[in-house]
Amino acid sequence: MSTHVEEEHFAGSNKLFTSIWVWLVLLTLVEIGLAYKPMALHLMLTILLGLSIIKAALIVAYFMHLKFERLSLILTIVPMLVICICLLFVFFPDSFRSAGLRYEFKEQPPAAEEH
Amino acid sequence: MSTEARAVHFPAADWDGGVHPYRVGHRKLGMWLFIVSDSLTFSALLMGYAYLRASNVWPTPFPFYPSIVFSSVMTFCLLSSSLTMVFGVSASSRGDKVLARKWILATIFFGVAFIVLHLIEWNHLISEGLRPFSLPAHWVSTFTTTDGKLPSPLFGATFFTITGLHMFHVATGAIYLSVVAARVKKLKHEDIEISGLYWHFVDLVWMFVFPLIYILSVDVGGHLAK
Repeated sequence: MSTHVEEEHFAGSNKLFTSIWVWLVLLTLVEIGLAYKPMALHLMLTILLGLSIIKAALIVAYFMHLKFERLSLILTIVPMLVICICLLFVFFPDSFRSAGLRYEFKEQPPAAEEH
Repeated sequence: MSTEARAVHFPAADWDGGVHPYRVGHRKLGMWLFIVSDSLTFSALLMGYAYLRASNVWPTPFPFYPSIVFSSVMTFCLLSSSLTMVFGVSASSRGDKVLARKWILATIFFGVAFIVLHLIEWNHLISEGLRPFSLPAHWVSTFTTTDGKLPSPLFGATFFTITGLHMFHVATGAIYLSVVAARVKKLKHEDIEISGLYWHFVDLVWMFVFPLIYILSVDVGGHLAK
């Protein structure tokens, strides 16, 4: 068996992990602050998703230790996941279409006929 | 000669990982693959939520207190739990299993605090009248648009499904870590690292659930309070 697997070295110091935690808390505070800043929904969504991706990357890279793993493991896991998630965006045009198709009741909706 | 035995003799430049090309054990690789598949589950749920939100009038009912205060403290709990977990894994790698157990117990404490706060938040919304397929009456009247479009009654369905599934993962993780803490001296370092991977994943999912479900549903104008 390869000796690499037996290795129990865990890269990264507690100081590094604490600084990552501080960054994560600060980014969360920015998100909460954004909630009360008047801006267009699509702009807020873009900023929030950007911040979430940065936070997720910090967690995966340092807390989940992926930054210190072999490149082959990173290339096996990350691109496949990103592509699959991007493929889910194919549904969005339909959501806008269905919003346009929705029937708008100008008056009270018709009551069901009694038999 | 077996396949594994032959693999050891590959030149290092071609096959540096030997029989472990990713330089991780099969259990750790299995956890990574589970995390990938579970990420897709949550991605699909969040995409379904985004679909419904884009195609309907969507209520934004969360006040600063209790919803945003509670969810922010819950976020702080999960982030802190990830820090204590990584301290635990780090202690385990140095062979200090006693210290590792203490950090894992601290992680469980933060996880349970998250669940308790989340249940209080759920109770608040349920007592206000939110159900999976209907909104409280005063939400409907407040968020109906001026041209008469009613807010989607599916707000509760998406909220309870996504946060409920996440809470289930936190509860499962707390039980998993309890077992790890109880057996920490018998377990290998890699086993503790694997439990850490699961716990950090639970934290990672919340980094998307919190802004998309809570922050984007803040009642900025205080419409419900009027």
